[in-house]
Amino acid sequence: MSLLLPDSGLVFWMLISFGIVFAILAKYGFPVIMRKVEDREDKINDFLQKVNNAETILAELKTEGDNLISKAKEEQGRILKEAMQRYEKIIKEAQEEAENILQKKLMEANELIRIEKENAVRDIHKQVTELSLNIAEKVLLKKLEDENEQIELINHILEEYSPN
Amino acid sequence: MQKISRYLFFIVLFSFFASQSSFAKENKIDLDLKEFIFGHLEDSYEWHITNIGDKRISIPLPVILHSKQTGWHLFLSSQFRKNNGTYKGFSIAPKGSNYEGKIIEYDASGIEIRPLDLSFTKTACSVFINGILLIVIILSVAHWYKSSNHVEAPKGFVGFMEMFITALVNDIIKPTIGDNYRKFTPFLLTLFFFILLNNIMGLIPIFPGGANVTGNISITFVLAFCSFIAINVFGSRAYWKGIIWPDVPIWMKAPPFPILPIIEFFGIFIKPFALMIRLFANIFAGHTIILVLSSLIFITATLGFAINAGMAIVSILFSVFMLFLELLVAFIQAYIFTMLSSMFIGFAQEKK
Repeated sequence: MSLLLPDSGLVFWMLISFGIVFAILAKYGFPVIMRKVEDREDKINDFLQKVNNAETILAELKTEGDNLISKAKEEQGRILKEAMQRYEKIIKEAQEEAENILQKKLMEANELIRIEKENAVRDIHKQVTELSLNIAEKVLLKKLEDENEQIELINHILEEYSPN
Repeated sequence: MQKISRYLFFIVLFSFFASQSSFAKENKIDLDLKEFIFGHLEDSYEWHITNIGDKRISIPLPVILHSKQTGWHLFLSSQFRKNNGTYKGFSIAPKGSNYEGKIIEYDASGIEIRPLDLSFTKTACSVFINGILLIVIILSVAHWYKSSNHVEAPKGFVGFMEMFITALVNDIIKPTIGDNYRKFTPFLLTLFFFILLNNIMGLIPIFPGGANVTGNISITFVLAFCSFIAINVFGSRAYWKGIIWPDVPIWMKAPPFPILPIIEFFGIFIKPFALMIRLFANIFAGHTIILVLSSLIFITATLGFAINAGMAIVSILFSVFMLFLELLVAFIQAYIFTMLSSMFIGFAQEKK
């Protein structure tokens, strides 16, 4: 039954061997490996976290950019609309002004015409007066001679002063 | 596949002729199968490699003894052979003795006495070689990590070892032990690689492999003893309370018949004992089967050409199959030993 009984000598050497192997590996072997492997795992997790964060930030930036673009488009629309309104307003104003000016000119022209007309009327009055005076003068001068002649003379003068 | 079968054929042919040539001359050789197999399986004071004809080729190993009568002795095991089996009053116990195969001395009345035997035997030597090999392997792997600030994962052998280590830590040690797994990781990893390397070295038939290391009860005893220490020395308060005063009805643990504390107390020793026997029996059985299959060739050598040739082919095929199986067993046993140790340590670490 020596097969199933531990042998003291072999146990002694095994204890020494295993003890030395364990001591060396527990100090210089496995902890070094484990530490490095864990470091790498941490690093990978860290990187993944960072990538995740970057993705969120990127998504945020993208929505922000989209917002900006849509806002800019809105602004553009608004500005265009405003410009259009202003343009129309300007045209309208110009038209109004032009109309005003035209009205004014027309009024001025009318005034002028009226003045001219008045002048003309006054002139006519004056001429008629002068004519009347002339006629009267001439009538007075010829009065003494003959009545028929006087009438003829008046007719003659009148003929002279008639237009055409 | 064809290539492999051709190789196999040549191997079979070669082994067959080898067996024929060595046994044909002395056809009446009486092969003591039991002695042959146990000679390979048991520890010995010299490392026997082979016989060429009648010439025995072996590596002598130091014998260290302390006798109560004559004090300390240190000499090479080859002295026994040189001096007809007895040197300085010591001899190797003959067949049928209580100490068969071990060194003994006789006291004045002629009774066999076993001196304190600290001889550096074949198994001890093998453990030493494998231990050095393991240190070299693990330190070279550790050196890769230390040498520079690698960012990438390792490739090749270092990557292979990392796969083992991380698998053990993440799949066994961390889940079974829990929070303070870090304290036990070096021990359990050393245990695993030590057993695995010794198992595999045991499958290599020539020096420095071939010794039946993990199939020796002394070796598994020390391994199980270390697990025993790791389990119980670092056991938590809750673990010890669970043994002395378990959470069961009072009549099962109170003095007249404290059945559960008794069972739990024996459990402390039975757990590592099971570890010891399991590893020993598995590896021992594997070696035995391979040796028996190999010796089939030599047993049938006397039975004629056709039977011997047939048995040689069968034996080689079975041996190859068994060696592959043993490779698997080498890994599985190392894995199981580590896993169970880890679980027992985990039980002893329970908080509440």
